Amino acid sequence: MTDTSQSVAFVRTATIPPSPPPAMETGAVKWMRENLFSSIPYSILTLVSLYVIFVILSGVLPWIFNGVWNASNLAECREILDGATGACFAVLKERWPQLIFGLSYPAEEYWRPGLAFLLLFFAAAPVMFFDLPRKMLIITLLYPFIAYWLLWGGTIFVPILALVGVVAGYMVYQRLVAGSFAAGFFGGVATAFVIWYIGGLLIPEGASENALLVPVASRDMGGFMLNMMLGVTCVSLSIPIGIVLALGRQSSMPLIKWICVVFIEFIRGVPLITLLFVASVMLAYFFPPESSVDLFLRVVIMITMFSAAYIAEVIRGGLAALPKGQYEAADSLGLDYPQAMRLIILPQALKISIPGIVNIAVGLFKDTVLVSVISMFDILGMIRGPILSTTAWNGVYWELLGFASLLFFVTCYGISQYSQWLERRLATDHR
Amino acid sequence: MKTSVFFGALTVAGMAAGMASAATLDDVKARGTLNCGVSTGLVGFASPDANGVWTGFDVGLCRAVAAAVLGDSDAVEFIPTTGKTRFTALASGEIDMLARNTTWTFSRDVDLKFEFVGTNYYDGQGFMAPRELGVSSALELDGATVCIQTGTTTELNLADFFRSNNMSYEPVPIETNAEAQQQYLAGACDVFTTDASGLAATRASFEVPGDHVLLPEIVSKEPLGPLVRHGDSDWGDIVRWTLNALITAEELDVTSANIEELAASPTDNPEINRLLGTEGELGAMLGLDADWAMKAIAAGGNYGELFEKNIGENTPIGLARGLNAQWTEGGLIYSPPFR
Repeated sequence: MTDTSQSVAFVRTATIPPSPPPAMETGAVKWMRENLFSSIPYSILTLVSLYVIFVILSGVLPWIFNGVWNASNLAECREILDGATGACFAVLKERWPQLIFGLSYPAEEYWRPGLAFLLLFFAAAPVMFFDLPRKMLIITLLYPFIAYWLLWGGTIFVPILALVGVVAGYMVYQRLVAGSFAAGFFGGVATAFVIWYIGGLLIPEGASENALLVPVASRDMGGFMLNMMLGVTCVSLSIPIGIVLALGRQSSMPLIKWICVVFIEFIRGVPLITLLFVASVMLAYFFPPESSVDLFLRVVIMITMFSAAYIAEVIRGGLAALPKGQYEAADSLGLDYPQAMRLIILPQALKISIPGIVNIAVGLFKDTVLVSVISMFDILGMIRGPILSTTAWNGVYWELLGFASLLFFVTCYGISQYSQWLERRLATDHR
Repeated sequence: MKTSVFFGALTVAGMAAGMASAATLDDVKARGTLNCGVSTGLVGFASPDANGVWTGFDVGLCRAVAAAVLGDSDAVEFIPTTGKTRFTALASGEIDMLARNTTWTFSRDVDLKFEFVGTNYYDGQGFMAPRELGVSSALELDGATVCIQTGTTTELNLADFFRSNNMSYEPVPIETNAEAQQQYLAGACDVFTTDASGLAATRASFEVPGDHVLLPEIVSKEPLGPLVRHGDSDWGDIVRWTLNALITAEELDVTSANIEELAASPTDNPEINRLLGTEGELGAMLGLDADWAMKAIAAGGNYGELFEKNIGENTPIGLARGLNAQWTEGGLIYSPPFR
């Protein structure tokens, strides 16, 4: 009691070590309590959802992991499975070249579409990611000609001549555009056509016979390759055409305005499948036999017209969303119409339109499977026609259609992710 | 890409524009290949294998015609057509002949300006039902739900059949055959009806085919055959008599196995000699080589061989000859004489 050392009030020399939070307020438990079981109705919903997920997975996972990869027909698959649940992926193993490249693209030439696909990324990159050096745009400009040569093969003179025509047309345009836009535009187009025509006469007949790359007819292309070809070509063509149509619709010149309005409204009033039937069936009557325009080209024209009309309306929405002050500001700076559009109006309008354009691009890409109704063997046509009609694989649905969905999902999800990145990258407002 | 493709198309158009539409035979010979319209895929009748090589009963006929005209059964460009594009493809000259189990009807022959050159398969609409339903005749189907493809003649035939037998039914409209199979297996309908050959092929793809029965009644006539355009009878004759040659060959027991031997020198049977060109001038009358029919038969065998190989009883489809037996065996397959 008298020990002074004990009389001093207790002073703690070290801090109390932090005690762990209550079990209910930490880690997975907290997260689950807050997000999954915060109230009785939510708890019920969570349990129901868990049950649904369980039911789906317990059906799908054995089906996938039990899958048979080595069999020569459906009956053999069933024999191997012997009553157990399981997919018959053997059909994919046997037919994947047909699903990707179509029925009759020569097997030893599969590297060509592969290379064209790879180059597509290099060609698209400078357009899609504008932080990349601008010089890479040269690849983009050359890509259509290279891709054409790779995919169709034949004599290299055809793409070279096409390129020469485009370059010459552009030079004429540059020379004349200072005078008037119309003179430059039509002069350029006329020059290109003259060069193509004269060049076409110069290319010796049968030049494709001994060409470096074996020529492949459009009819021999199919599978997912055809979907990609149609999708990429039509989207990249329809965006510029859509912009022109949208601007034309706002034009103060009645003739141009009404041409654009009639075009857009007519195309939007007709289902795509009707246009495809016109491309495949009606046009065949108009041309003499043997001289009809390539079916692939006819389809590209129709799909491009279709999506251009929709994109035009989306861009018109973007134009309409701009405050009138932006137009007036451009005028007050003394910019002429092309400059005002190029420097002030379109950059803002297109930024607003991105979600809508991407929406149409994704829809268009998926719509390319409609070509299967005009007996082009795209991936869906390939599945529904040739593969399901063999005695070996008649009856395999889920595996094939699942594979097709997977390919489409990967592509469309990629496009969607890119557009979200683009919106974030272009966000200049202060939201 | 657009400009270059367009350019290529322009040159092709320019080169071909001067070409007047000559006789189909000359076109085919000049081209070196036969453009034959087939189905985009029908089990047993036309389907490509893993290497893209087309096989099937209709395909066999295309190959026979190519062999007769060009001497090469692989000189065929198979142009897949859907039910909607087949007639325009033929009318526009994109294809030289159509062998795509097309039913020979009055309006197609007369109004659409085509010429059916024969019948290579006599089909008819039938019914399939699960065995556990315990039905043995289509006449017991009163009140049944029926899976049926919309927009086809089968729909009309079904209505006629039930009305004439004073029975009622409930249709389950279905868009495609594949969908119909799934619906039927899922039990959405009691009965599935379509062409008997299609029913057999569908049943063959089921996990347990024995659980389903094909009912004996056939409620419509569906003579399927190859067709060509109106207006070029010489070409029509070639296709018609190539088909007849295959049929006659079966009747005369000329097979792909013994044809070399029989064609080597004249035999005791004058009709075989005329058929195979060792006697007479039949080939020259068609504008073909004397051994045209021999090449056509050697391409894939005679009618019976084609049938057995593609859709016959030893294949998964397992169709019996039935109406498609030779006339000597109680069927309808009958060729006019080679004389």
